[in-house]
Amino acid sequence: MSRDRGSRLLGEGIIKGLAETARNFFGSYVSKQRLTTVQYPEERIPQDESFRNFPFLVYDGSDPEAGLRCVSCQICEKECPPKCIYIEKSKDKKPDAVGKPQFYPSKFDIDISVCMSCQICVEVCPFEAIKMNTEFELSTDDRFDGLLLDRKELALSNEYYHQIHPTEAADVDARLKAERAAAEAKAKAAAAAAAAKAAAPAAKAATPTAQPAAAPASEISPGMAAQNPTGTPTAAATTPPAAQNEAAGATRAPKVETKKEGDAS
Amino acid sequence: MANQADQIFVLLKHWIVSIFPAVIQPYLGVVLSVVAIIAVFPALFALTTVIERKGLGRMQNRIGPNRTGPYGILQPIADGIKSLTKEDIIPTSADAVVHFIAPLVLVIAVFMGFSVLPMGRNMQLVDMDAGLLFFFAVGASTELSIFMAGWSSRNKYSLLGAMRAVAQMISYEVPLLMSSVAIVMITGSLSLVKIVDAQNHYTWGLPHWYIFTPWGFAAFVMFCIAATAETNRSPFDLPEGESELVAGYFTEYSGFKFALFFLGEYLGMFSISGLGTTLFLGGWSAPLQVLNFVPSWIWFFAKVMLSIVVLIWIRGTLPRLRQDQLMNFAWKFVLPMTLLNLFVAAIWRFMGEGVLRWIVCSAILIGIYVVVGTIGMRRKKFGPRTYRYAE
Amino acid sequence: MSVVFWILAVITVLGGLTAVTLKNTVHCALALTVAFAGLALLFLELDAQFAGFAQILVYIGAVAILVVFAILLTRGSETPSEGVFSRTWFAGLLIAAAVFAVLAWAVVNSSAALPHETAAPTVNVQQIGHALMGRYVLPLEIVALLLTAAMLGAVIVAMHEKGEQK
Repeated sequence: MSRDRGSRLLGEGIIKGLAETARNFFGSYVSKQRLTTVQYPEERIPQDESFRNFPFLVYDGSDPEAGLRCVSCQICEKECPPKCIYIEKSKDKKPDAVGKPQFYPSKFDIDISVCMSCQICVEVCPFEAIKMNTEFELSTDDRFDGLLLDRKELALSNEYYHQIHPTEAADVDARLKAERAAAEAKAKAAAAAAAAKAAAPAAKAATPTAQPAAAPASEISPGMAAQNPTGTPTAAATTPPAAQNEAAGATRAPKVETKKEGDAS
Repeated sequence: MANQADQIFVLLKHWIVSIFPAVIQPYLGVVLSVVAIIAVFPALFALTTVIERKGLGRMQNRIGPNRTGPYGILQPIADGIKSLTKEDIIPTSADAVVHFIAPLVLVIAVFMGFSVLPMGRNMQLVDMDAGLLFFFAVGASTELSIFMAGWSSRNKYSLLGAMRAVAQMISYEVPLLMSSVAIVMITGSLSLVKIVDAQNHYTWGLPHWYIFTPWGFAAFVMFCIAATAETNRSPFDLPEGESELVAGYFTEYSGFKFALFFLGEYLGMFSISGLGTTLFLGGWSAPLQVLNFVPSWIWFFAKVMLSIVVLIWIRGTLPRLRQDQLMNFAWKFVLPMTLLNLFVAAIWRFMGEGVLRWIVCSAILIGIYVVVGTIGMRRKKFGPRTYRYAE
Repeated sequence: MSVVFWILAVITVLGGLTAVTLKNTVHCALALTVAFAGLALLFLELDAQFAGFAQILVYIGAVAILVVFAILLTRGSETPSEGVFSRTWFAGLLIAAAVFAVLAWAVVNSSAALPHETAAPTVNVQQIGHALMGRYVLPLEIVALLLTAAMLGAVIVAMHEKGEQK
């Protein structure tokens, strides 16, 4: 907003500057948008969702030990650039969210005085177990142990994760659910294929009963594979999973369908 | 009653002095006045540090200090405790004696300058015949202390800062003196008390302050510029700019000595504002004749604080001048203008009363200002910057 | 010969002595400044207000700075390492004593040393001004010309150096 031939008079720029400063001075009492200072410990500015500070471990449910997603694969420990993560794998296994027994970390230490918040551990974790926290008021007067967070301090619930990063957490949950469903379906289909192969002669005899049984079976929604609705014989036990397979999606098990068709024919 | 309120400090002093025996009465009177000055001005200094920080903060769209006491009022106490309890570091290769004496000389010289300012009716410490000359003489002694501070630190940057500061202060002494000489010429006396008395008349309720005359206004502007440069305030604070020279000539000072330098600088600001008030703004006289019931010392301090506020305002607005720009400005612009102003003041004096002298003097001053200003501004090419080697 | 006079005299003489005997040149310049201040206070004690303040303004405010600048810009600031007093202190003292003897003889034998019974006249600034502009206007103008010549010379010398550097 300057003329291209400069100010007209010698002191004009100074007077304009003084007027601007005076406007700032009086305006800062009146309008909030001029005075953007936040009185820190009493008021805080809400943080962006994508803010990140140091990592934490996610657990599902309410028990930090049983629901911990981390299976101690130690990929994050290897990938961490300043090597601030220290993991000790446990000797025994505990069942994870889908029931498969997994190792768990008996020790998981992050030294946050070393951590540089690069998020590489989050990017490489295959189990969505480690995520970035936004807590920054971490000062302590113990220089060494005060900044070394252990597994108890790092484990925070999934609800907390939803609180700090809502969209990210929702995406992670959707992804995990889809993966688990796919894994179940795959497991069921593999079991069905094995069972179908073993029961191929029995299936030939059972095909007239298989089709009427397929209709009510399809209404049983892709429910629990573990639940057996009735004490049905093995042939009927195999059909709900087969129907479930058809209902679940053609892309997931095209091979099993063709195999079944081949078997049925 | 109004007279009593006006002379309350003088009456108080007479009352206290009369209690003691006659032998020590004159000395006691002097000691009381000195104690009063030493008590009042550092208190004003403390207040000014808060005002400055809050004011600068608001001008920069932020709040200043507000944690110590309500609205940060107790901040100077915190600053005082901090500077008193900090370790006093003297570099090993520094000249210890000169290093120690430099802040003392500064503070002594600055305090001595307060003794001739008339702070109210009959409220000056000494009524000297050559009061203005005394003030300038004492002000010139502050340059020596700055040089001593810079040299004794045995630090390149301090020495450089001290040289720059001394060069700047010497260059701006001349316009300072010349703009006051116009006042002396018109009043006919070097005594500050007589200068205030000469301005204490009213025409149609408006005062005869010298700032309301054309040559007085020009002299006031130049006095302000020279005063800002004399006390090393922004925009002339290159010698002590933190981003330029660490802290310039007081780099090697810590703790209480630094506080003494700070005190000396602010007190210098007060004393030169006081002088400007006395010379141009009528000292302790009220702006309108109807307001004469308000005590005179209130007017004096109000005008001084107004000048301080304007100095803070200028500090928050203008960027720092480079050393060569500063010197150019002093010798090539301000000094010729002060000489011209002296000439115009002489014309004013010899023309006699009437409207004609107002017109002629204003015409000469405004004409010269506009002509010099446009010529000076035309030579500067304001546009996108071109670089000689970096293309 | 009051107490004040003796104190000021001691200050002035001490300042002068240390100025000629110290080793570090800048210290000498500062001691000289103390001597100037002592002189100014002596003027004030004699009620010569204008002379006293002019002494402070000119000598302490300008000449002392000039001396210090000159010392710093030349090699006089390199101080020898040991000792506080310079090695040639005796010669300095001798010369100072000689000059003092000459001046003292001149003053004592002049008319000003005859005892006066009348009080000294109080000279205020106005009378000085009248005298300068009336009786002594020609010396004033000549001094002004001299100062202008000095300033012009300084500017020319500085400019020449810039020209040579190019």
